[in-house]
Amino acid sequence: MNKFATVIMAVAAATLLVTGCSKSDSSKIKVGFSQVGAESDWRKASTESIKGEAAKRENIELTFSDAQQKQENQIKAIRNFISKGVDVISFSPVVATGFEDVLKEAKEAGIPVVLFDRAVDVSEDGLYVSFIGSDFVEEGRRAARWVLENVGENANVAELVGTVGSAPAIDRKKGFEEIIKDHPGIKIIKSQSGDFTRAKGKEVMESFLKSPEADQIQVLFAHNDDMALGAIQAIEEAGKKPGKDIIIISIDGVKTMFEAILAGKANCTVECNPLIGAQLFDVVEKIHAGETVPARIPSQEGVFDSKNITQEVVDGRKY
Amino acid sequence: MKTFKFPMRYVPISATILVFFIVYLIGIISFQNFGSPKVFLDLFVDNAYLGIAAIGTALVILTGGIDLSVGSIIAFTSILIAKMIASGCNALWAIALALVIGILFGMLQGWLIHCFSLPPFLVTLAGMFFIRGCGFIVSEESIGIKNDPVFNFIQNDLTIKLGKGMNLRFIVIVYLVVLIMAIFFSQRTRAGRSIYAIGDNELAATLMGIPVGRTKIMTYTIAGFCSALAGVVYAVYLKAGNPLNCVGLEMDAIAAVVIGGTLLTGGVGYVFGSLFGVLVLGLIQTLIVFDGRINSWWTRIIVGLLVLAFIFMQNLITKISKSKSKTQ
Repeated sequence: MNKFATVIMAVAAATLLVTGCSKSDSSKIKVGFSQVGAESDWRKASTESIKGEAAKRENIELTFSDAQQKQENQIKAIRNFISKGVDVISFSPVVATGFEDVLKEAKEAGIPVVLFDRAVDVSEDGLYVSFIGSDFVEEGRRAARWVLENVGENANVAELVGTVGSAPAIDRKKGFEEIIKDHPGIKIIKSQSGDFTRAKGKEVMESFLKSPEADQIQVLFAHNDDMALGAIQAIEEAGKKPGKDIIIISIDGVKTMFEAILAGKANCTVECNPLIGAQLFDVVEKIHAGETVPARIPSQEGVFDSKNITQEVVDGRKY
Repeated sequence: MKTFKFPMRYVPISATILVFFIVYLIGIISFQNFGSPKVFLDLFVDNAYLGIAAIGTALVILTGGIDLSVGSIIAFTSILIAKMIASGCNALWAIALALVIGILFGMLQGWLIHCFSLPPFLVTLAGMFFIRGCGFIVSEESIGIKNDPVFNFIQNDLTIKLGKGMNLRFIVIVYLVVLIMAIFFSQRTRAGRSIYAIGDNELAATLMGIPVGRTKIMTYTIAGFCSALAGVVYAVYLKAGNPLNCVGLEMDAIAAVVIGGTLLTGGVGYVFGSLFGVLVLGLIQTLIVFDGRINSWWTRIIVGLLVLAFIFMQNLITKISKSKSKTQ
């Protein structure tokens, strides 16, 4: 029996070594952040941005927790942040529902909450202070404005829609249509879902190019870069020149898309920025200083086309 | 003989309790506020559903079986309740229906396992896929339970306030009551002792005249009920249903039961141990969140090591008891 006890002690001691002893510094702003997981490159870039920014700022003490894409883990983490006594809680919710109780608990404990990148669905106001994240509708609007400015008042558009029912797909379509509504010369002649993936984007574009309207397509609007990159392949295989015969515009701003624009195979990408750690901690510092912050803070995002993409920009891209 | 065997039975559960206190102590030494009563209370609030599921799993494992459908049943019942309430149904009816479905589903699994002598692993694996799929038929998206009088009553009126930020939630009381009932059932009733006898040696149990089939079907029925009740508790806990939730939760329940000192081959262990198994799992998770610098996946690594350590320990105990009974 002593042997068992020794084994257990060894495991426990290992845990102690791994976790170490953390001493809280009261002058620092303690921030608890719960991330969704590490499911995509975009998400990993977001995590790195948060951790990197926290390490840079000397007044921030970050407690970071990965929910491993499970809501139950995320709720436990938020509750533990409350018990630990952090100054500000921030999280990227795994799903929109189910956070009401734990947010109420944070409110009772007087800990402000900042939503990061995704919204929650709650029945009463005041459960969170601010929501920082991309405005998908605005991204759609920006894409449409770029078409108006660079292609003109007359264009036949083929649209590669994202995953059916997902917020970015719904909102990006909404934003794009909102702008072209007042410009009857711009028409969406084809629209189908490419599920946000490269393979599906290519497949759908192939079917577009085989349809009777194939020769009328002047502009391709893809809801994300991956689908656009797939479509570029399909266009090349059909013997056309992507970026010239068909103008290509998409959303996200990943490195490979920048490279495609630099090579002249695509024309524009509207940024959906995961690197908003700096913005988050700016808001956290303001809240801690007692200043009021807007309830909705859009991420700082740019529009990139051949005019502002250079080799240096591509090289400096982290994701 | 008896003097040797008696303490041996209590070794695994004592080890579990020891591990719990060691982990707790590590937390208190390492982190501010870790020792606050709120952290301890939250362990129960956040793990009540897992605890209830683990009770069913413990009983099934005691018979020498396994139940893989736990997480799927939780997800199914929670989304069913949320969907029914959203369509205007009374919450009490929704909860009652969810529990009945859980009971019937458990009974069906037990019946298949017994009557066709099918391996529990495969039957409950099929059940896991089946009921997970049913959850997505009910709704593909998560549904919130908003402004429901029954849920608000449970949330507001049945919660005992113990001080600032400390709430003894109704779901914790439900868990503790079910736990006590299960402990009594497994230790003090004929049916409960039959479970141990079957897990120890099914053939011997049959020869002794124990109703093996009836007991097995009953055990899986109880497990189905526990899973469904865990689903109800989960719906109350989240005030929402989501068909995607609790994927792989049965593995956590099994880990809690093993860490709680129950032998995976059946016949040895205590339902009471699952409480400490669940608490140890919760505590490790809390410890890693409190640290906040190391990767959250360390939770899994430590749980894996713990399960392995307990399996080794039980293996050793079984060997020792066997060699002792041989020499005598």
